[in-house]
Amino acid sequence: MPQVAADIQHLKKITQEIRIDIIRMLTEAGSGHPGGSLSATEIVTGLFFHKMRHRPDDPFWADRDRFILSKGHCCPVLYAALAKTGYFPKEELLTLRKLGSRLQGHPYPGRPGERLPGVETATGSLGQGLSIAIGMALAGRLAKKTYRVYALLGDGECQAGQVWEAAMLAPKAGLDHLCVIVDRNKIQNDDFVENTLSLEPFRAKWEAFGWHVIEVNGHDISQVLEALEKAEAVKGKPTVIIADTIKGKGVSFMENNPDWHGKAPNREEGERAIQEILAARL
Amino acid sequence: MGGKATRVAFGEALLKVAAKNQRIVVINADLGKSTNTVKFVEKYPDRSFNVGVAEANMIGIGTGLALEGWIPFLCTFATFVTGRFETIRVSLAYVDANVKIVGTHAGIAIGEDGYSQMGLEDIALMRSLPNMTVIQPGDAIEAAGAVEHIAEHHGPVYLRLTRQKVEDVNPPDYQFEFGKGVILDAGKGEGRDLTIMATGGTVYNAREGARQLRSQGLDARAVNVHTIKPIDRELILDSIQRSGRILTVEDHGLSGGLGSAVSEVVAERGEGLVRRIAVRDFGESGDPVELYKKFGLSKENIVAEAKKLVKKD
Ligand SMILES: Cc1ncc(C[n+]2csc(CCOP(=O)(O)OP(=O)(O)O)c2C)c(N)n1
Repeated sequence: MPQVAADIQHLKKITQEIRIDIIRMLTEAGSGHPGGSLSATEIVTGLFFHKMRHRPDDPFWADRDRFILSKGHCCPVLYAALAKTGYFPKEELLTLRKLGSRLQGHPYPGRPGERLPGVETATGSLGQGLSIAIGMALAGRLAKKTYRVYALLGDGECQAGQVWEAAMLAPKAGLDHLCVIVDRNKIQNDDFVENTLSLEPFRAKWEAFGWHVIEVNGHDISQVLEALEKAEAVKGKPTVIIADTIKGKGVSFMENNPDWHGKAPNREEGERAIQEILAARL
Repeated sequence: MGGKATRVAFGEALLKVAAKNQRIVVINADLGKSTNTVKFVEKYPDRSFNVGVAEANMIGIGTGLALEGWIPFLCTFATFVTGRFETIRVSLAYVDANVKIVGTHAGIAIGEDGYSQMGLEDIALMRSLPNMTVIQPGDAIEAAGAVEHIAEHHGPVYLRLTRQKVEDVNPPDYQFEFGKGVILDAGKGEGRDLTIMATGGTVYNAREGARQLRSQGLDARAVNVHTIKPIDRELILDSIQRSGRILTVEDHGLSGGLGSAVSEVVAERGEGLVRRIAVRDFGESGDPVELYKKFGLSKENIVAEAKKLVKKD
């Protein structure tokens, strides 16, 4: 098992701050998707604050690792991480979903000439991100670059056919610099994934398609970091990290409850959520 | 805002027609809460299918059911289902499958979710297909009438619905008449200066705009075009005969929607002017009322554009 040198306590503190930012942004916006943003917090923190090579002060650096948020509705967690690493001012977070904001309700990199740093491309229609990530991985290889490409998918999203078209191709192309993370929170829009359209046996599906599979507890930051290291060590094929998570993680009344897929907290709920996040033992 | 979202009226009407017609089935794609099919699913679990986040599969499955004599209603966001255009084109429309595609969350009026969730090219896409009928009700009572109609109508239909509440524009005894535009405030304006033709979520603003124009001395009439394909040629030509001018208003992209449908009829006729109010760009996140202002779908802009059109000859 690769040893990961990281200040775990510091990263845990960051996840706490990001969760609070998610709640603040959504409360202020009055709409949006808390559940899948909170479940992905450790994954996004592990990537942006530890694993990924990137330069917030040089956002279009050609050798940066790429991150595609295929489950675009969870952009609050991405925006919070981007603001915190310095891609744009933290105050901008409160413009989420407002007219004229760069922080669209689903990720948009901006018009040519006015790009929003840190957001690689547009997502929001589920199922499309992995194909784009493959394109970027192929481009990196063509250009003899060493960047890695990460794509974060939802488990409900994995019902989309295009995901499996992409999944079939990446191993065939030997894209070992591509890493998918599935936020396996087991809930989609209407209901639990299992009640809607089961993905099981999920691990076996990816393996059958030729992927190296790692399963982790997606809320254990050390496990997330280790998995990301291991993924980089795998040669000849891409890796998928299936991160077992809890939708709404960190806010008891949102946890594991499909009602909080796409509903913003009101002021009172937002305040309660923040108090809970602050009170949690790290 | 009063009124009711046409997607809500749809959910209620669906229960009524389903009670009468046992061949109606519903296919969801993980958006049943948003399209208001939840009650149908509770009441008719055997006639409900949830395919997950898989709209192309939904279209194929719906076609297969229709080919075997069922009447499937495919219910999801307008953009996600019509975005799988080529599947609709070959599997469904080409074989004249008796499928009802119900696309909710039409237009920029969905607001904060932003462009990726907005149906803005859906009318254009569906209108381009032979066999396909395209209907967009302007209020709740019309939505109910449209649902009753399409349940009986044989052939593929695209029904476009709003996320947002829309004010009533029709009287309580309103009867939906397929293919016929509805003259609003009938008898109050002859349309000797212009006719405003609107559809869906913009009909109310168009009616209010026409009222304001009349109060300012212009003879404007507003028409609600709920059936976009086949378009009401007769009413378009009648409008041109009265004033030579039509202003179209729709919460849809500029190309291929109501404005295009009207323009085609007028251009073929060879006389008359058309001015189009529509969404002239990708949409974006924001408050729906602010978005209507920014993209020119407000009553104020309808009035302003109408005045420009009237001066233009
Ligand atoms: C193609 C497409 N269909 C439907 C939707 C609407 N939608 C948004 S989120 C969602 C559920 C996604 O569930 P999952 O991928 O598990 O996300 P998470 O639980 O992580 O939020 C759906 C159906 C969409 N955005 N794109």
